Amino acid sequence: MKTKWVLLAILSTIVNVLSGCESLAVLDPKGPQAQTQANVIWLSIAIMAVIVIVVCAILVFVLTKYRDSKLPKEYEPPYIEGNHVVETIIVGVPILIVIFFSVVSVISNNKVEATPEGYKGQDPLIIYASSSDWKWHFSYPENDIETVNYLYIPTNRPLEFKLYSFGPITSFWIPQLGGQKYAMSNMVTTLHLAADESGEMMGRNANFSGKGFAENTFHVEAMSQDKFDEWVKEVKETAKPITEVRFKELLKPGHEGQLTFTGTHLDFSSAPEGENAGHHHGSSDSNANSKGEHMEHDQEKSAHNHE
Amino acid sequence: MGFFSRFLIPNPSPVIYSSMVAIGVTVLLIIVGLTHFKKWFFLWSGWLTTVDHKRIGIMYLISALLMLFRGGVDAVMMRAQLAVPDNKLLDSQHYNEIFSTHGVVMILFMAMPYIMALMNFVVPLQIGARDVAFPRLNAISFWLFFMGAMLFNISFVIGGSPDAGWTSYFPLAGNEFSPHVGTNYYMIGIQIAGIGTLMTGINFLTTILKMRAPGMTLMKMPMFTWSALVTSIIIIFAFPVLTVALIMGTMDRLFATKFFTMTEGGMDMLWANLFWVWGHPEVYILILPAFGLFSEIIPTFSRRNLYGYRSMVASMVFISIYSFFVWTHHFFTMGQAAYVNSIFSITTMVIAIPTGIKIFNWLFTMWKGRIRFTVPMLYSIGFIPLFTIGGVTGVMLAMSAADYQYHNTMFLVAHFHNVIIPGVVFAVLGAGTYYWPKMFGFMLNERIGKWAFWFLTIGFCLAFFPMYITGLDGQARRIYTYSESTGFGPLNMISFIGATLMAISFVLIVYTIYYSIRHAPRDVSDDPWDARSLEWATHNPVPEYNFAIIPQVNSRETFWDAKYKGHELFKGDYEKIHMPNNSGVPFIMSCIFFVFGFALVFSIWFLAIIGLIGIFVCMAHRSFEIDHGHYISVEEIKETEAKFGGVNKWK
Repeated sequence: MKTKWVLLAILSTIVNVLSGCESLAVLDPKGPQAQTQANVIWLSIAIMAVIVIVVCAILVFVLTKYRDSKLPKEYEPPYIEGNHVVETIIVGVPILIVIFFSVVSVISNNKVEATPEGYKGQDPLIIYASSSDWKWHFSYPENDIETVNYLYIPTNRPLEFKLYSFGPITSFWIPQLGGQKYAMSNMVTTLHLAADESGEMMGRNANFSGKGFAENTFHVEAMSQDKFDEWVKEVKETAKPITEVRFKELLKPGHEGQLTFTGTHLDFSSAPEGENAGHHHGSSDSNANSKGEHMEHDQEKSAHNHE
Repeated sequence: MGFFSRFLIPNPSPVIYSSMVAIGVTVLLIIVGLTHFKKWFFLWSGWLTTVDHKRIGIMYLISALLMLFRGGVDAVMMRAQLAVPDNKLLDSQHYNEIFSTHGVVMILFMAMPYIMALMNFVVPLQIGARDVAFPRLNAISFWLFFMGAMLFNISFVIGGSPDAGWTSYFPLAGNEFSPHVGTNYYMIGIQIAGIGTLMTGINFLTTILKMRAPGMTLMKMPMFTWSALVTSIIIIFAFPVLTVALIMGTMDRLFATKFFTMTEGGMDMLWANLFWVWGHPEVYILILPAFGLFSEIIPTFSRRNLYGYRSMVASMVFISIYSFFVWTHHFFTMGQAAYVNSIFSITTMVIAIPTGIKIFNWLFTMWKGRIRFTVPMLYSIGFIPLFTIGGVTGVMLAMSAADYQYHNTMFLVAHFHNVIIPGVVFAVLGAGTYYWPKMFGFMLNERIGKWAFWFLTIGFCLAFFPMYITGLDGQARRIYTYSESTGFGPLNMISFIGATLMAISFVLIVYTIYYSIRHAPRDVSDDPWDARSLEWATHNPVPEYNFAIIPQVNSRETFWDAKYKGHELFKGDYEKIHMPNNSGVPFIMSCIFFVFGFALVFSIWFLAIIGLIGIFVCMAHRSFEIDHGHYISVEEIKETEAKFGGVNKWK
């Protein structure tokens, strides 16, 4: 009787907790990638819950039935070496579960590492997101503007974030749009995202990067393409151009509010990709690449994307 | 003045100053106490120079408990800081130092030595040996671990603690972003302790392969010995990677090499890879012996043989090999292709299969058994559901697409505490209680022990289950504060309450020890739990030579057979026993290692060179020393055995 109540209490807690989960950032997706991830998470929670319940049920059964105080005095436990049928089951069932999850995992990996489904064929908006202690710099080469610590994005258009860092490894993460990826100093990583609906969201650096890490967040706002274009236009009219001197100042450790510039820092400080990647030992001192060369490279890249 | 200013703390606070005073006072009290009670000679001849595996085991145990206290204080401070939004208890720098040291201390200086304590104490007894294969090397292992741990621990009062996380990722851990000496302590302290661990691995591999009692084939070894064997092999393959990585890191910091730098061809990703090539097998170095311990406790208190012995062994061997093929799952988000992530995602999930087999085997061991709810058994029973939850969340994390959302969040923190605490900590606390009479000759109080268990278990659930939820809500790990608008507040408060309960549990554990020292009866039998394996066939506490006569093994549960099936365990007469001599060299050499390490941390080169010479002198001394050990005479054995009631009483 007592165990029944305990089980009932546990069950109701689980139900309560799960129903509360709907409002958790990761489980409240605003884009296709986060949706894929939330689906995987829910699926795995469901199957894993079954496993935990089965194990607990066996444990409770064994503990209640074979406890010392419940058994007759003369009961002597048998010697059991093992049982082939039982062992096949406890190996076989986990193997089946793992195979199932492997398939799910491979499919979902390929989904989140590509332009989101339903967005294929569209021309992605490329945004360079680079981190410095403890800020995020967002460069929009297509629109030729740059922001610090806030990110405006159009909805219903694939987004391709090019991530790198001016300091320690950081991790670019907007939970409601999709999982994170590292930004590192020696190479550019790519994160494919998209926003289905407009709204404000939290973004942050998720990877510990020193003293100012906790406040290393940024504000994200998704809006319709029209509104986005309007914003770009406004920035171009009102913001000042970013200069090399000003940018160097921004790179110094510290915190900044939200800033807006015309032009991008990529014009004078190119991202560590292609020729400029850190692993090309010969070109490590080519940070001061000429602007022309960089533009050429960029065009090449976007041409490739158009295909 | 310039020379001494380097020893100052860069970020002092009242807490640190008061710890300095506390440390000073404690050291003074110990010195005064030792002098007053004239215990210096006892300390030196009985403990500092000992090569006895049992005493080394006990010293590991004491160190582990001390470090559990240190790491626990760190943990409670972290949870207190995060209990409410915008808390001002700690600033960012202190919080960063505390979580960095908490990780290192708990993994390397608490869990590892706790496991080492039990391996040292139990394995030679389980295989019917008189000591380990290389007793003096064993002493060096312990003292190097101890000095490495002490070097790491003084960082917070001299020069400043490491603050780049326990993973110490470059370039954050490089000179540019971590200019003070904290990370030097990390690199060198762990290095010294790690050399000790590597030697332990070699030592136990040799011991288990070469020194088993007659009749004990590999497939008749007790499960804990099997786990120690497999663990030793993992140590031998994994720790050299750490050694190399730490040397590279040290060179980057002290000699301006460019292994992990941002410029000039350095590669920060290399550190992450090397660290986890060691780091993931390290997880199994901790958990396999824990599995072994549960496999000893559960059969004893179920009064049944271990179910599925062969599959238990097979799954451990499988895990040991496989543990080297999953490291990339620690950084699925580093930008490798979906192809690479898929492979490591699958390898990681596959490792859950042997673990699942073990869980079911323990359940089936209890099935049809006769279960007694003692403290060690409570820990084992609590382990099963809680570890299962930790295990299944591990499988969730293994799916790399979803991992993009879990990575670097409290979800991950919840997961690994969910495997390490019910897995490793429950195992060592349970086994600590289980083997206590063997170590000290009296039992720990069961009633207080049960209270401690319940406080720990409930505290654990309250502390870590909310983290799964805050993680999914976007709370990153390692943040020192958060604003009220995030809504993380209430759940973090619950975590803090849980941490407090766990702290109370620690106090209760210490109190059990104190209470039992004062009040527990000293006349416990040699086999108080009615156990099944060889370590219980000798006396309580164990005499220096372990077994007066080397036991004859006939099955996996020789001792059980001797008790109930008439197997003759001890055949023949007493013979004189050859034992190794004590030596002060391991202790002295490790002290020199400490000085050498300290000099390196602060780049005091002349002292480092002197230290290095000292280390080589100690090694040279060993090469030229003639020491054949000593013999214990038959009369002496007879005398000791008579005191304990004789060797052949199991017949």
